[in-house]
Amino acid sequence: MSAPSILIVDDEPFARTRLREILGDIAQDFPHTIVAEASDGRAALEAVNQSRPDIVLLDIQMPEITGIEVAAHIAAMPEGPRVVFVTAFDEFALRAFEVHAMDYLVKPVRAPRLLESLQRVQQGLRAPSGLREVTRTLAPEGRAHLSVHERGRVSLIDLDDVLYLKAELKYVTIRTRDGEHISEESLVALEEEFPERFVRVHRNALVARAAIVGVERVEAGPDDGGEPHWEVRLANIAERLPISRRQWPIVRNIVKP
Amino acid sequence: MPGPIDESIKQPLEAPSKAAWWLPFRIPAKGSDSDPFTLEGPVPDWCNAGIAVRVIAAVNAAAMLVAAAVSGDILVWAATCQRFALLLEPVLLSSLLLGCLLRRPIKSLPGEAQIGITLLIPPLATYAIESALYTLYLEARSTMLRDMALSALAAAGAMYWAQLRSQSHLPALAEARLSALQARIRPHFLFNSLNAVLGLIRSDPKRAETMLEDLSDLFRVLMRDHHERVSLAQEMAVCRKYLGIERLRLGERLIVHLAIDPRAESAQLPLLLLQPLIENAVLHGIEPSSSVGVIEVRAERRGNTLQILISNPWHGKDKHQGHQIGLANVRQRLELLHDLEATLDTVVRNERYEVHMRLPYIPAAAEVK
Repeated sequence: MSAPSILIVDDEPFARTRLREILGDIAQDFPHTIVAEASDGRAALEAVNQSRPDIVLLDIQMPEITGIEVAAHIAAMPEGPRVVFVTAFDEFALRAFEVHAMDYLVKPVRAPRLLESLQRVQQGLRAPSGLREVTRTLAPEGRAHLSVHERGRVSLIDLDDVLYLKAELKYVTIRTRDGEHISEESLVALEEEFPERFVRVHRNALVARAAIVGVERVEAGPDDGGEPHWEVRLANIAERLPISRRQWPIVRNIVKP
Repeated sequence: MPGPIDESIKQPLEAPSKAAWWLPFRIPAKGSDSDPFTLEGPVPDWCNAGIAVRVIAAVNAAAMLVAAAVSGDILVWAATCQRFALLLEPVLLSSLLLGCLLRRPIKSLPGEAQIGITLLIPPLATYAIESALYTLYLEARSTMLRDMALSALAAAGAMYWAQLRSQSHLPALAEARLSALQARIRPHFLFNSLNAVLGLIRSDPKRAETMLEDLSDLFRVLMRDHHERVSLAQEMAVCRKYLGIERLRLGERLIVHLAIDPRAESAQLPLLLLQPLIENAVLHGIEPSSSVGVIEVRAERRGNTLQILISNPWHGKDKHQGHQIGLANVRQRLELLHDLEATLDTVVRNERYEVHMRLPYIPAAAEVK
């Protein structure tokens, strides 16, 4: 097995230096390669996507996209890296890490503690489900963005801009006012993560509750097997989505409470 | 490093849009009157805005009560109030103005004479103004003596109230309240700073040394008695050390512009009045964004007023919460120390969050070490 690759994420330059230096100190006991460094959440997700590290040393307190949100994105990846959180002081987060048996380091980071965490992560002693659970605890409202890979780059889509999510074959299409994006996340997982935000209107579609402006009865048409059905109308776009018979009572309750 | 803290800006300080309406009343005078209520002598400082505003309010309220007592219904009451005001307001304002203008000569007299003259000013004003009014309106002078006596009584009442108030400002009580408001050391700041210094030690031990020295200086100040007073220059020295440490931590993201009026540097301030506001500016203006942000600190002396502006980039409403806690703390300290004469206003202007502070300029009597 080759030496594990590590990504360092921290917005403070000297905090990254410190991690680099003590990683060097423990290189004998824990051979590894540092594949990338990132100074904010966006760069971190890009580095995860490009360098495919095995382990991410992830600072929590970062501007704009916090470490917790980065972790939530990683948790949603089919084969994401292992995460070791780093924090200066956050009692709430520390308690959550303990509860969900996540590895974490407190600043100032010490070499023996770093070694211990890395070895544990490497041996796979921590359950990967812990990451999802811990991010749910620390950010119960879920992520604020969805990350998509486009032309080798990571773009973050503000969830407030999302009108609907539609599963097609292997992907999920994210529809915003300005266009469409392709995501590799599963529709079921997204439905579970954002129950307040999206409602299922059909086996293959989640619609943003806030974007629903009405429903409309459609008589039998050529495309839909000749069955009369309801369609949901959305703000800002002309496009309509069919509502399945099974979901109709739920959607009706939202439109006419 | 090329000038992380830029002190070149020397533009005039723009006053906050919400200027306190009573401030023009305070007439500039030289001298170091730190607490208007505990000045030596029995006579309060009538120039003090807090005292003047309250005396005006109390006397007017008393007049309205008297008017209510002699009037049958609300219309008669309103008419009576109006009639009272015609005499009352000129007498009241001119007495306060006279008391304010004459306070220097009055202060030089023995205690009894001070009280005597202060009790004489309102009756004299009453006499002068009532005579003038009678000449204009040709009414009878039957109430002259009564009005003069009442005005002297009001003056006595105001003096008595000011004395009571100065006594109720027991130092122990005020200090207890002040220490409850002491700025606290954020653990986050401590551990992040230590971590940054550790990251610096191997590559730049000299700079790491300086940072540790600054850090210990800063913590020594943070642990000191917060009701100590320091000069603005000393407070800014603490702030510079704090900003230097943040600059090490945040790197290129933090840019600081300082413009401190040299004429303001000797002004006395409560210790750590500005540092928590600057810390807020870093916390809410710089840390939430990955891009470069500027923190601006300006201090300027305008006559007897010290004006301070602290501004930082504004990132929207939701990150405002923490700001408020720090601000409420500083506001309370200002209130305890300067009463109505200090103001603290915040505005969001041109994508920047601005904290405007005005407080009386009090030159440091002796350098506090």
